[in-house]
Amino acid sequence: MNKIFLIIQREYLTRVRKKTFIIMTIVGPILMAALMIAPVIFAKMDQEEHKVIAVVDSSKIFQNVIPETEFLKFEYLEGVSLEQAKATFKSSDFYAVLYIPHIITYAPKSVQLYSNKQPSLGVKMHISNAIEKELERLKLKTYDIKDLDAILKAVKTNISIQTIKWTDDGKEEKTSTEIAMAVGIISGILIYFFIFMYGAQVMRGVIEEKTNRIVEVIVSSVKPFQLMMGKIIGVAMVGLTQFLLWVILTFAIFTVAKSFIQEDSSKIIQSQIQTESVFSSSGLQKGQPVVTDKTEMINDAFSSLKSINFGVMLATFLFYFIGGYLLYASLFGAIGSAVDNEADTQQFMMPVTIPLILAIVMLQSIIQNPEGQLAFWFSIIPFTSPIVMMVRIPFGVPYYEIILSMVLLVLTFIGTTWMAAKIYRTGILMYGKKISYSELWKWLRYRN
Amino acid sequence: MEIFRTENVVKKYANHLALDDISLSVQEGSIFGLLGPNGAGKTTLIRIINQITAPDSGNCFLFGEKLKSDHIYNIGYLPEERGLYKKMKVGEQALYLARLKGLSKKDALIKLKYWFEKFEIQAWWDKKVEELSKGMQQKIQFIVTILHEPKLLIFDEPFSGFDPINTNLLKQEILDLKKKGATIIFSTHNMGSVEELCDSIALINKSRKILDGSIHDIRKTYKSNIFEVKFEGKFNRMEAAMTSLYEIIDVNADAPNHSIKIKLTSDADTNDILRILMPTGRIIAFNEIIPNMNDIFIKIVEETNAQSPNKN
Repeated sequence: MNKIFLIIQREYLTRVRKKTFIIMTIVGPILMAALMIAPVIFAKMDQEEHKVIAVVDSSKIFQNVIPETEFLKFEYLEGVSLEQAKATFKSSDFYAVLYIPHIITYAPKSVQLYSNKQPSLGVKMHISNAIEKELERLKLKTYDIKDLDAILKAVKTNISIQTIKWTDDGKEEKTSTEIAMAVGIISGILIYFFIFMYGAQVMRGVIEEKTNRIVEVIVSSVKPFQLMMGKIIGVAMVGLTQFLLWVILTFAIFTVAKSFIQEDSSKIIQSQIQTESVFSSSGLQKGQPVVTDKTEMINDAFSSLKSINFGVMLATFLFYFIGGYLLYASLFGAIGSAVDNEADTQQFMMPVTIPLILAIVMLQSIIQNPEGQLAFWFSIIPFTSPIVMMVRIPFGVPYYEIILSMVLLVLTFIGTTWMAAKIYRTGILMYGKKISYSELWKWLRYRN
Repeated sequence: MEIFRTENVVKKYANHLALDDISLSVQEGSIFGLLGPNGAGKTTLIRIINQITAPDSGNCFLFGEKLKSDHIYNIGYLPEERGLYKKMKVGEQALYLARLKGLSKKDALIKLKYWFEKFEIQAWWDKKVEELSKGMQQKIQFIVTILHEPKLLIFDEPFSGFDPINTNLLKQEILDLKKKGATIIFSTHNMGSVEELCDSIALINKSRKILDGSIHDIRKTYKSNIFEVKFEGKFNRMEAAMTSLYEIIDVNADAPNHSIKIKLTSDADTNDILRILMPTGRIIAFNEIIPNMNDIFIKIVEETNAQSPNKN
């Protein structure tokens, strides 16, 4: 026992002290924080550039109709033909030329936007929304309805469905499918990365010991099983350390960064709200109701975040995190022992990685129907359960299914570890031989 | 006194018999040569002694007790396939390997200090292993093998990778260890060093033990009554005198010293030869040719191979 501790210590310390570990630990959270912050910053950067679009409106019905935002302006060119506008485009500062033909009312697809750049989706949507609204309004007008604007305002409704879940004790909780999805997918993908990154580290460690020829020196002092388990546990602790540091650092960076960008981002939300309110009420009414929607939405998000049982979430996450890792790490260790160098691992890696990749590929359909047959089986079968079950848990999974899946995972990793130990024991002392599956099968049956 | 023995050890791999009924006995304080061509089963036997693998049948005894896991603290093993963690520092690594052999951190440090000073390699302590030459790494490995002062040492091709100077240093260390009371099992293909170091040997070929005993006895057994005479004088007269009486094996007529090898019948008296030769010239040397271990090794291995050519 003392010796396995020595091995764990060595595996842990040599890895944690490596430059790559330190760099990854620092860069990881910066990347993650960047992923969270980047959209806000990009949105900001994108909008900061003033764009002026020249409008050639031969229908003459869209004069000053398209709403302007802080960053997007429209200049209506009167008495200028499309050809002229196109010809002078180069020498002008216009971002694009918008051409609305006179046949617009019966040929809605005839609007054209000329530019020497690919106009952003945002700009395109903005323009087409505005034209649609105006056309709708004009067409309704032809029915000669009294107080049309007032009626339109009165009938305008925004639907957003609230999902409410009954808990086991009959209470009702607001939930959010989107948030359950996000939490599930993030934890599933984290487990996937953890298994791959650190499973591969175990494999590389075993290959290193074998190619350095140090392994025989060590197994004359400790049992091969101790060496293998020591490595697997040591690497797992490196992974947990890194994960913990990431969580702490990401949180720290995010908090600091948030305080810097909070002002800016609230400004952006404000301007978005304004543009939305312009659409929603055709410029007759400013902001107020929409802002309420926004804040309500954020409140909803928080309350449904609360509805996810984070105690269960964390406990199951750690369990599948470690369980999945142990299952795969022992297999990766066995592969490492059977080959002479990393290039030879391919033929054995395939069958081991396929279930993992399958689990990731299936996530899309599992998210669509987290209660379905596919989701059920993938979350019970131990080779995919660590990823798939984590995706299902935020949606609520019956306890017996979780327990069944956990028990199977434990049994399977005991099984794979036992198998791996047998292959490992023979493999580490076997040099210069191309190993086939039938060879591995033989090793499994050796007594010692 | 016997320190280690194996009794009828058999080890099988899927369709290959690695060791077939091997029984050996190693005397305490001796150097025991474990010889045999490549693939004979030496490494398998050594791995069994180190409990890296277990025999299918038969037993091993250390200090008269059946081999058990605690015994690894009394064994030091320098494998033929040996290496170190390349990225680890020398001192740290030596300490780690010593502690795996059951030494406390404190004891290990004291002992490592002693050996590093003795080999004058203190400066390497904080270097990474990859910065050292192969010979330097071998020195570290040697130190780690003997650091816990095991009663039984197993060296598998210990001299491979050493230059002649370091080989000599290592030989001295091995003899020193023997003097201090350690028993050494020594596996090598270098028959010169076997003659130089070993007290007794066992020869394994094709999974079977085909010869064992003390070096002295073995060489005596395999001598074939061949004598060599060196002399100055007329070669023709000498040759004529010998040809009529003895079987001549080999002659070397190059001046100034001629030599001739003759085979005696078992009842011949060596003094007669001298008497016959004395009048013909000046005798410089007269000695019996005792076969060296290299010749014996080749002879026996080829004989057994001829007997069972299709085994394995």
